[in-house]
Amino acid sequence: MLLVQRRQFANAVVLSLSGLAALAGLFMLAWILGDVALKGAAAINWRFFTELPAPPGMAGGGLANAMVGTLLMTMAAALIAVPFGVMSGTYLAEFGQTNPLGHVVRFLADVLVSAPSIVIGVFVYLVMVKPMGHFSGWAGACSLALIMLPVISRTTEEMLKLVPPEMREAALALGAPYWKMMTGIIYRAAATGILTGVMLAVARVAGETAPLLFTALNSPYWMEGMNEPMANLTVALFNYAMSPYDDWHTLAWGAALLITMVVLAVNVFTRLILHAKRRLW
Amino acid sequence: MKNAKNRPWGDTLFQGLTTGFAAALAGFFIALIIVLWYQSRPSIHQFGFSFLTSTEWNPVTERFGAVIPIAGTLLSTLLALLFAVPLSMGIALFLAELAPHWLRAPLGTAIELLAAIPSIVYGMWGLFVLAPLMADHVQPWLQAHFGFLPFFAGPTMGIGMLTASLVLTLMIIPFISAVTRDIFLMVPQPLKEAAYGLGCTTWEVVRDVMLPYGKKGIAGAIFLGMGRALGETMAVTFVIGNAYHLSWSLFAPGNSIASTLANEFTEADGTLYLSSLIELGLVLFLITFIVLGLAQTWVRRGQTRGKQ
Repeated sequence: MLLVQRRQFANAVVLSLSGLAALAGLFMLAWILGDVALKGAAAINWRFFTELPAPPGMAGGGLANAMVGTLLMTMAAALIAVPFGVMSGTYLAEFGQTNPLGHVVRFLADVLVSAPSIVIGVFVYLVMVKPMGHFSGWAGACSLALIMLPVISRTTEEMLKLVPPEMREAALALGAPYWKMMTGIIYRAAATGILTGVMLAVARVAGETAPLLFTALNSPYWMEGMNEPMANLTVALFNYAMSPYDDWHTLAWGAALLITMVVLAVNVFTRLILHAKRRLW
Repeated sequence: MKNAKNRPWGDTLFQGLTTGFAAALAGFFIALIIVLWYQSRPSIHQFGFSFLTSTEWNPVTERFGAVIPIAGTLLSTLLALLFAVPLSMGIALFLAELAPHWLRAPLGTAIELLAAIPSIVYGMWGLFVLAPLMADHVQPWLQAHFGFLPFFAGPTMGIGMLTASLVLTLMIIPFISAVTRDIFLMVPQPLKEAAYGLGCTTWEVVRDVMLPYGKKGIAGAIFLGMGRALGETMAVTFVIGNAYHLSWSLFAPGNSIASTLANEFTEADGTLYLSSLIELGLVLFLITFIVLGLAQTWVRRGQTRGKQ
């Protein structure tokens, strides 16, 4: 074989392998989503959304309490993490671009974004659950907030940096103080971007299980408040999938479908918003 | 900003507040390490260095050694990287260079959506779909053809180290391929055009121009995936088998640090048991910190280089 032919052959092999890899990735996505949709659809009915879990062996039952629990804890987590994340992100974008504190916080935030969430669960267990003496929805919310925090912080930084400098210059030239420029103009200009970052963070923690295992635990009952063990979709999914009962497996698939759909919907939706916004600028 | 004279008090307050919140973020990180270390003192005091060298994990006799979970964590992660890195490179290359332009954005989004699926869904899918498939078809086939290797010995149960690694592979592919694609896209066009102009094939441009140019960033991407895999909990807990013994066989059930924590933390009675689990968590956190720290440094260096 000629050298040219050999080179072209190697080229063709690598390119086809690369295409196959992309195809394989798509195939896996379709396979997993297809399984979740098919098996989860069997569990979705009116009772699934309105009833408490049934005891083992009894047919029927739903995950209404777990849905409310996940919703409450995720919202509480967002309420804690959003101000914290936006403020620290503002520091990174405005005051800490090049100084040592900025570098350190940026680095630590990047590491924490990918840090094992189960370790954060252990941490919250040690500082909240153990001193309080019981598992609680608040502890669950705090562990979720700690996972959201670095994500929101870094997206806020990126979004603030995207705001055109002319806007700052215009505000400052008119004599506005820095804080007024930030709150009146820059935050508003970056609001959509920051909001999409928050929504992505919410979507991420809505599917988190590991940090809730030791903080919110789970519960088969309706909650009377956040200060007690709290039902949530992901830990319920875990317990039901690991159980030996077929009815519970079906419920677990239903929960998996619900979580996956919500998370993917938020992801696709925020991408569309970001895409539209990029086009505007 | 540096000029403090005549500065409105609102600005001082604003800067002070944001600085406080940023410092609190760093403080949280430090608190995390201190709390974990403080609470694992009983175990550190009792076992000392032997915690990292002993294979015994026995809650009844209260002897705890971390070798099996640590080895399980490292083995499952390395296997996952072995599968995921070539696949991710292929996907990244396809997304950055080969795919027709109209296909790039939707395909890239699809791959990134793989990263958005919650890990517990991967775990459940692994347990109910992948594990039976492994037990009935893949593992018997491997045993029939490569059974002479110690890696493929033993009963084919489906759950175990190999299945856990495969689920991890699926989970880290989107991370590695998305970052690698971005690195590929940052290679300056003139460099590539120069190589094409000399008559290089696409593969030669990738091998001799793009890979060398982006090698730091790609190493960072791989370490990012590694950091994810090391700490992944739910996907692994479902399918790794949760057994404390070392085996050459990849079919055998094992344990990772994260799955040990997930299974035993709420059941741990006794200070020594709990503190050993906390020390395990500390070990995991320190390992991932090092891996992710390297990843961040390299990815950032790869990106700033591309911008110049």
